[in-house]
Amino acid sequence: MTELRYLAPTSLDEAIGAFAKAGSAARILAGGTDLLVQMRSGVLKPGVIVDIKKIPEMTAIEHTADGGFRIGAAVSGMALSEHGNFGKVWPGVLEAVNLIGSKQVQGRASAGGNLCNGSPAGDSVPAMVAAGAIVTVQGPDGRREMKVEDVPAGPGRTNLKPGEILVSFALPPRPSGSSDAYLRMIPRTEMDIAVVGVGVSLTIKDGTVTSARVGLGAVAPTVLLVEDAAKALIGSKLDDAALAKAAAACSAACRPIDDKRGTIAYRTKVAGVLLKRTAAIAAQRAQGK
Amino acid sequence: MAKVHVTTSINGEPMEFLCEPSDTMLDALRGPLALTGSKEGCASGDCGACSITLDDRLICSCLMLAVEAQDHEIRTIEGMAHGEKLHPLQRKFLEMAALQCGICTSGMLMASDALLKKNPEPSEEEVRFWLAGNLCRCTGYDKIVRAVMETAAEMRAQ
Repeated sequence: MTELRYLAPTSLDEAIGAFAKAGSAARILAGGTDLLVQMRSGVLKPGVIVDIKKIPEMTAIEHTADGGFRIGAAVSGMALSEHGNFGKVWPGVLEAVNLIGSKQVQGRASAGGNLCNGSPAGDSVPAMVAAGAIVTVQGPDGRREMKVEDVPAGPGRTNLKPGEILVSFALPPRPSGSSDAYLRMIPRTEMDIAVVGVGVSLTIKDGTVTSARVGLGAVAPTVLLVEDAAKALIGSKLDDAALAKAAAACSAACRPIDDKRGTIAYRTKVAGVLLKRTAAIAAQRAQGK
Repeated sequence: MAKVHVTTSINGEPMEFLCEPSDTMLDALRGPLALTGSKEGCASGDCGACSITLDDRLICSCLMLAVEAQDHEIRTIEGMAHGEKLHPLQRKFLEMAALQCGICTSGMLMASDALLKKNPEPSEEEVRFWLAGNLCRCTGYDKIVRAVMETAAEMRAQ
């Protein structure tokens, strides 16, 4: 870890200039809970660290004009949980963010870092995918928006272009009768990495699902948007047949690896089981139960 | 490489130190600042022995760069007691033997203090979940959890 330069720009333009100039030697620092571990273990030896937390937009939680939320990429999980209203509107996104590491880690770790770290098992990502979050990224060529599910490219890789920085997540306004949930399977009760993670967002009108999105994590090289599962739920009253069809769609979407946390067969089965449980929690919340 | 000059606040006192850009806050605390109450267990954010607060938020000092302390407020275990008067958590940990070797203790105390500031009446389950990021290899946790619960009850009664 020699010859490291630390920069803490106060504007996004300044950060982008510094980040682009330093090229592949540069790393973005948000909460640092992945970056510092990677530096310590010698996996990464950055020449420049660009700390984005002094840029107001990166740490802001705002209501947008259309009734949604905009969350800065470096907002910590603890800051999000301390926000008065966010968890009421997006309980699933919040519970996913609050499953990342310990309370100490949540004091620093951000949804932006979780996404850009590129782990297929990042807990906040399936919930953000289910929420239909749109991310803003900015680089030397300007600003653009991406669907959150289009950001991961594979384990440890994203589709951000060289020099681009993730700026914020925009979550859409919620019609009445909407809610979300996130569940993950881990072999212990706390402080572990997902074997499978499922995020479900639903809108329910008169007992019938009018819109749904399903995000699935830890079962493929990237977190997945499972459109077939959502299709099986939309128009249903979440009856057993619809849930079974959606669960089968989740299992069918799985392309997992065998590792010490879970086998291919186990992950594939659990993806379906978790879909049913997560949809039930989202539905209860959506109907105010 | 030139060291970086950092101006910060530690336990309510203005403080300055010099560090390498790659030093962690824990390196700075245990090195130039000579505040060795925060311990290094794992150096990867798993064990919580280095727990401090940054602007009143509980964090692992091994996962923060020392240069990030510039213009922020740090609190460490050294700021917990008022002179000779121990914080109720410290006193209760001693009374109830909620420690053995002591390596995890300052982190346990910092984390427990952060919990009780947020939630003065935690359930046992809430205490156990909150302290999930603080590892203890001696006590089996039970005495620690009981000491936190008893302290919370005592502080509520005052």
